[in-house]
Amino acid sequence: MSKADPSSPPRLALIASKGTLDWAYPPFILASAAVSMGWDVGVFFTFYGLTLLLKDIDPVVTPLGNPAMPMKMPFGPEGFQNINWQIPTAMMAAPGFNNLATSLMKQTFKNKGIASIPELRAVCVEGGVNMIACTLTLDVFGFKKEDFIPEANFGGAAAFLEYAKDADVQLFV
Amino acid sequence: MTTLQENKLLDCSGMLCPLPVIKTSKMIKELQVGQVLKMIATDPGAPADMEAWARQTGNELVDSHKDGEKFVFYLKRLK
Repeated sequence: MSKADPSSPPRLALIASKGTLDWAYPPFILASAAVSMGWDVGVFFTFYGLTLLLKDIDPVVTPLGNPAMPMKMPFGPEGFQNINWQIPTAMMAAPGFNNLATSLMKQTFKNKGIASIPELRAVCVEGGVNMIACTLTLDVFGFKKEDFIPEANFGGAAAFLEYAKDADVQLFV
Repeated sequence: MTTLQENKLLDCSGMLCPLPVIKTSKMIKELQVGQVLKMIATDPGAPADMEAWARQTGNELVDSHKDGEKFVFYLKRLK
């Protein structure tokens, strides 16, 4: 997949290594924006990022070990919404807390007019983004090829490196 | 004020990055070369994004201005 023709469009090569709701956004935002502008885009989904290629995706977020994450409510009067809640770390470990944090983040994003992860992935699929599923990760975590969307391509380090070698922008997320 | 006449209108009010870019890219393909798309956005990143979009896609940002809280763009399809 070398870029032989100099008149070909700009190329973006991304590594998506994280599968949480917050970290799913950067690669899908960049990939969907680039492919919309006619760029050639490839994303290597590896380690926890591989889960973003599963047929059913519903990434979650945890504030645990994530001290920079603002904890704000997506409802109520403006003054209430602006409160940054200081949640004790021990409380974040309570059962169901990740679900709560995830639904609050999803609601906030929806209120602000941000596309959902499945929507952004659909733009990538439609635009023909080369989505490479890391076969090592697939094996390590016990996934099967059928678990992934049919548009996923399967490959390893060499496949991505060859693609990224001729990219104008290469980023690790 | 501008006297530009648009052939199509796209309202991206209330949408954040990268939705205005994605929707503009889709909509511009429905126009003939030489026609003009008027796009309205509230995303604070839209002015910088639409300038870059025009350069990257080879289309022309004919006019860009603020109308109250909204950003208004006139984009001409060149290719």
